[in-house]
Amino acid sequence: MHGLLSVLIWLPIVAGIVVLLLGERNIVAGRWVSLIATIATLILSLPLIVGFNTSTADFQFTEKLEWIPRFHAYYALGMDGISLPLVVLTAFITIFVVIAAWTVIEVRAAQYFASFLIMEGLMIGVFSATDALLFYFFWEAMLIPMFLIIGIWGGPRRVYATLKFFLYTFLGSVFMLASLIYMYVKAGDYSIGHFQTLPLTLVEQRWIFVAFLLAFAVKVPMWPVHTWLPDAHVEAPTGGSVILAAIMLKMGGYGFLRFSLPIAPDASRELDMLLISLSLIAVVYIGFVAIVQQDMKKLIAYSSIAHMGFVTLGAFLVYDIVRATGSVQGAGMGLDGAMVQMVSHGLVSGALFLCVGVLYDRMHTRQIADYGGVINTMPIFAAFMVLFGLANSGLPGTSGFVGEFLVIIAAFKASFWYSFLAAVTLILGATYTLWLIKRVVYGPIGNDRVAALQDLNGREFLVLAALAIAVLLVGIWPAPLLKIMQPTIHHLVDQAIATKIPL
Amino acid sequence: MPMTDTLVTWSTIQTAIAEAYLVAAICVVLLIDVFAGDKRPGLTSTVTLVALAVGAALTAHFGHIRHHAVLFDGMYVADELGYVLKLVGFLVVAVVLLYSRSYLEYRKILRGEYYVLALTALLGIFVLVSANSLLTVYIGVELLALSVYAMVAFDRDNGVAAESAIKYFVLGAIASGALLYGMSLIYGLTGTLNLEEIAVKLHSPSSLGVTLGLVFIVVAVAFKLGAVPFHMWLPDVYQGSPTSVTLFVSTAPKIAYFALTLRLLAHGLQGTTVEWSQMLAILAILSLVVGNTVALVQTNIKRLMAYSAISNVGFIVLGFVAGTPSGYTAALYYTLIYVLVTLGTFGVILLVGRAGYEADKLDDYKGLYQRDPLLALVMMMLMFSTAGVPPFVGFWAKLRIFQALWETQHFWLVVIAAAMSVVGAFYYLRVIKIMYFDQPTGEAPATVRSMGVRLVLAVNAAAVLILGVLPSGLLDLCSRLIH
Repeated sequence: MHGLLSVLIWLPIVAGIVVLLLGERNIVAGRWVSLIATIATLILSLPLIVGFNTSTADFQFTEKLEWIPRFHAYYALGMDGISLPLVVLTAFITIFVVIAAWTVIEVRAAQYFASFLIMEGLMIGVFSATDALLFYFFWEAMLIPMFLIIGIWGGPRRVYATLKFFLYTFLGSVFMLASLIYMYVKAGDYSIGHFQTLPLTLVEQRWIFVAFLLAFAVKVPMWPVHTWLPDAHVEAPTGGSVILAAIMLKMGGYGFLRFSLPIAPDASRELDMLLISLSLIAVVYIGFVAIVQQDMKKLIAYSSIAHMGFVTLGAFLVYDIVRATGSVQGAGMGLDGAMVQMVSHGLVSGALFLCVGVLYDRMHTRQIADYGGVINTMPIFAAFMVLFGLANSGLPGTSGFVGEFLVIIAAFKASFWYSFLAAVTLILGATYTLWLIKRVVYGPIGNDRVAALQDLNGREFLVLAALAIAVLLVGIWPAPLLKIMQPTIHHLVDQAIATKIPL
Repeated sequence: MPMTDTLVTWSTIQTAIAEAYLVAAICVVLLIDVFAGDKRPGLTSTVTLVALAVGAALTAHFGHIRHHAVLFDGMYVADELGYVLKLVGFLVVAVVLLYSRSYLEYRKILRGEYYVLALTALLGIFVLVSANSLLTVYIGVELLALSVYAMVAFDRDNGVAAESAIKYFVLGAIASGALLYGMSLIYGLTGTLNLEEIAVKLHSPSSLGVTLGLVFIVVAVAFKLGAVPFHMWLPDVYQGSPTSVTLFVSTAPKIAYFALTLRLLAHGLQGTTVEWSQMLAILAILSLVVGNTVALVQTNIKRLMAYSAISNVGFIVLGFVAGTPSGYTAALYYTLIYVLVTLGTFGVILLVGRAGYEADKLDDYKGLYQRDPLLALVMMMLMFSTAGVPPFVGFWAKLRIFQALWETQHFWLVVIAAAMSVVGAFYYLRVIKIMYFDQPTGEAPATVRSMGVRLVLAVNAAAVLILGVLPSGLLDLCSRLIH
């Protein structure tokens, strides 16, 4: 099916422009256009899953048009096992962002929906670009709508948060751009595939690796460059938090898999301890930080950092597994875990932020202390929140379990202590999540305002139910997901352990 | 002497049609203004715009040249680069005059001098663009500079503007002196004023005399461009001038000074590229660092744009530092993009202002989105573009400079430029923040609602987006012009 990826990218963007042109006066029409466009995008992404060939690591559904002949830059798109799940996840989550905002956003609503639609197109663009220049184009362009989303519809300290968000990510990206251009000057075009096979000396690889690390670590975000995330999350509107946590953080993880490992494998091997240490610090230290948070959104934000630590941990375990076991068998398990964790975290964190949004829309506070005994007035909501909380702490049967379990087994293969530290997080995760649930959902009714709460309306129920099904589906039957990723992960392991240093 | 025809024939005039026509047009505009200007204040403005349109059409029709021709005893060079830059010059000045009109009207300074001086400055730009001799270079520089000095002061009751004009004039005179002195040294050592002959005669490593001459020339060029540490005039002139003049100063002359750097340093003194590119590297780094950091604390938008100009000049100079055709292409591209974006930026500033309300403080833009969504949107696009964020065209300008630097292995320059563009992003974002996230203060008067000007502004912004999504055409053109 030729041109399908282009449709997935441009349909939401065009719809976004339409909504913008319809303006605030026609907001009812704007809402429906947004909803139809996002649902159409999801439906159109389904042929990707159906038609995906799981026996090859090559890019599929490819498109290639001349873009800038002088730079040999192409409008080149393609799907493989690591981009496909993320594209579908993006299309899936954005629908709920639109529904969740339906009547909640009152100020400049048309722009709100337009921003998210344009974001969706750009995010799908990031995951499907196979040309580095095109990738960067989407990657940076995405900052603009997000900057506006946090800055216009955010909480009291939104300006500080959005500037911090923009500058942190911009700082990381600029150096990535510099290294992409460096490789272009060496390789003669911007194809990511050529970058992956381009011979580079260890010194070059080290610099490139560090530049990529800056870009991706900020996005993931890894400790110690994570400080923008809690600010951005707390101040962002619900939809912004959902997109940030569910999709934008995945860009960092995706970047490591698409760029860092295959393009600078020797530097990755040399510096993997650095990445593993930073990941373990994120997992353990940030887990403790999450426990003491007073603000629900901040708590989930810190929990996101800890969970994303699993992604980076899984990605860079490859070398230690090969060193410890002496074979490439099972070296991809960490990568498998990283990918599943990304998808799972996208669903779970998105759902948790939507839960917080549900409460916030009613009480206009995110402080844990302002709640208590919500289950008495909102039993259906409480059931969902508990489910997502358990998924967040990695309960078997939910998606959270699969990713973490795979990464911990992979860590055990590499070193006992890695797996020990990684497993500690299961306890920490359970601690902060369940304690949050206990204080917010259970117990006697905390105050009069909680007593007056209304349970979920149909719109909210639909959103949370769909996410709950997805969480359980990935948790109980992750095989299709793993199968889609399989050949690509195998190929990635081969690329990661091969050397690129010219003889 | 190289082969040139000394007779003035139609064929030579035809190649220099832009200049010849412009001289005639200036006389006509001047006369019309003298006899009819007082009775009908808008007439000169309209006549000038028509004159520019006719000039562009004539140049496009007669002046198109694909090869390289040297005319008037080697004083003048005609090539495609000159042809395109002259067309751009016509266009830019026309847009400047369009944006300026309502501003001048509101302040009751809609006088003929502004238009005549704009045209003489444009003539200076043309002379510089086609200069092939040290003399022509100097004539072009002075013609442009003297016109601009007068423009800065043309609102004669405005004390601040007069002060900036004097500051500009005194410092500019020193720079002219440096330029002349440097040229005299080069002339003394090579025995020729012709840039092509100088290019043949000078080689690296250069003698002390040549290096000395080079230093003076680089100082003068840096002054004209506004590169640190020769930038002191720039913030004062930008802030002190009437905004319509700031718009002029910040756009059209940049094209000329790009051409000056290219013709004089990159072509004429190409034998000493190693020497001057080191000097330019220092200027570029200082411009990037000082421009971007000082811009962070500005509260006046014109002054902010002045420091932004300094930092952008740093990027243009980086293109020259590379010292390769690829680098010059990057510098040309960056200059054109910079002019395009700056036109729009000051266009917005002009439209926000009203009688007795200068709209030059950042606070005047608070909540601009609520007051005038179109202007706010345009300004946001331009700010993101200058910050170098895709899908806007400023991104490609920066990318092209980085590429030229990598090709010549300037590792640290890339790192510094990359870091400084992050610092720069902050103050561009601050402008957006003020427009979009802050609430309007209340008393601000309505913005100018003239449909024609707003349409031009919208086209200007659309160009920033379209050239950003499809940058190929302009990139190819720049590359062809340099090679």
